[in-house]
Amino acid sequence: MKKYKWLIPTLYIVFLMLPIYWLINMSFKTTTEIINTYSLWPQKFTTENYVKIFTDSTWYMGYVNSITYTVFNTILSVAAALPAAYAFSRYKFLGDKHLFFWLLTNRMAPPAVFALPFFQFYSSVNLFDTHIAVALSHCLFNIPLAVWILEGFMSAVPKELDETAYVDGYSFGRFFFKIFVPTIAAGIGITMFFCFMFSWVELLLAKTLTATAAKPIAATMTRTASTSGYELGLLAAAGTLTIIPGAIVIYFVKNYIAKGFAMGRV
Amino acid sequence: MNKTINQKAWLFVIPVFVLVAFNAAIPLMTVVNYSFQETFGNNVFAWEGTRWFKQILLSERFHAALGRQIAFTFIILLIQIPLGIGIALTMPKKGWGVPVCLILMSMPLLIPWNVVGAMWNIFALPDIGFLGYTLNAIGFDYNFTQQPGDAWFTTILMDVWHWTSLVVLLSYAGLNSIQPAYYQAAEIDGASRWAIFRYIELPKMKKVLTLAILLRFMDSFMIYTEPFVLTGGGPGNTTAFLSIDLVKMALGQFDLGPAAAMSLIYFFIVLLVCWVFYNLMMKNEARS
Repeated sequence: MKKYKWLIPTLYIVFLMLPIYWLINMSFKTTTEIINTYSLWPQKFTTENYVKIFTDSTWYMGYVNSITYTVFNTILSVAAALPAAYAFSRYKFLGDKHLFFWLLTNRMAPPAVFALPFFQFYSSVNLFDTHIAVALSHCLFNIPLAVWILEGFMSAVPKELDETAYVDGYSFGRFFFKIFVPTIAAGIGITMFFCFMFSWVELLLAKTLTATAAKPIAATMTRTASTSGYELGLLAAAGTLTIIPGAIVIYFVKNYIAKGFAMGRV
Repeated sequence: MNKTINQKAWLFVIPVFVLVAFNAAIPLMTVVNYSFQETFGNNVFAWEGTRWFKQILLSERFHAALGRQIAFTFIILLIQIPLGIGIALTMPKKGWGVPVCLILMSMPLLIPWNVVGAMWNIFALPDIGFLGYTLNAIGFDYNFTQQPGDAWFTTILMDVWHWTSLVVLLSYAGLNSIQPAYYQAAEIDGASRWAIFRYIELPKMKKVLTLAILLRFMDSFMIYTEPFVLTGGGPGNTTAFLSIDLVKMALGQFDLGPAAAMSLIYFFIVLLVCWVFYNLMMKNEARS
């Protein structure tokens, strides 16, 4: 029994990798080959799908747009959440519990509910089709998440740290940035990871709030369905490329993921 | 931690409050506004009272979508939670296997949702997809674009693929927080594997599991992009879950009033379930 324990995670990983392999497999085939022949690996290996994406600005700008608003949203969410999480972890104040739950309810709001009002709202303030609009709209679910995770990390830091610093004559600002932030650096890293992740994978709002100038790659991909039937090879290549930023981010936080979840907060 | 009372803490919360209120309160007011009115375009509105709410609550279309949604979420929880725990229990605890497992298992979580849908679409197509081709080759009559049963099977399999890792990572973190002393004590007592799981591991995982169930409930109840790309809600309406139905109504048919009323009912259901969960969780936290 114990000897075969490794079998279960291995089978699970194989199951996870199969569709990803199939996507990569298709990305190196021409669309004609995909439609006409079934094969486990490319018969005529081609990189023309990737070449097309990297030379056509409507394609690669999709990546630039997605990364732009994702990074902007991550910075904004964490910057706003830091002081708030500190307040929640250290102080009692009027309405704190209600405020905390209200924040969480926004993580629970189905994006489909907000799609139309967001469209109208951002159009009326002339932010439609900008990176800022998408980054701001993603704050809806990322800020509550960031506050929640950071509050967990901050509560694990004993309050004596604050008090000792004040006794040593630190001002609040100096204490916060010189001592407190470095102490919870791992927590901030994990928070950024989750903000990045949820902003990167979200499409409904990003698609609703953009037309051309800030169109995310995920929305650009839906274009392949329109003109000359499905350009499956191109679609597969674009999909494969969307996996890469996530894979890079995971690689950097791999040692912290389990610890972050251990906070029981995400 | 004993917290000091300090009303100035509100100053720290203001940026978050403003940003979220800007994003949540204003659009939500728009939705509330629409839900009580009839629009004639050009910003002309007529008061309709609770007509849309009654219409939605009594409509068969809403009942059907809600029924499908509940069935879907229920099946998802029933599969993903036990499976996630099982995988977490068998994962290596140290050595090179740990980062390999963590990285590979996290992969599905970081793929944009429509790419997940598209990926599963080409993976499951009966003529060119690995899954569809294999199933047909071994004798199943499988076609998820034609047969409702197959569409459900594929959607559920896709969600299991996409989100089980979240349960695995959470459970794994919960298991890692157990001190070795517990296991040693169990060994001395000669406890069976089942007893260790039931009396040591499961109670220690309680907190993260509540969280896993809460997250999986929320996200599967709001699911939109993946089934939309995979099946488009079809064949017919058989996989049109609440969000898909809602977007169809709001952006497709532009029935703003009923769509807004449906949004509010929908939001209310999620909120209610989460509120119950949240209170349970906080109670647990207070006790431990």
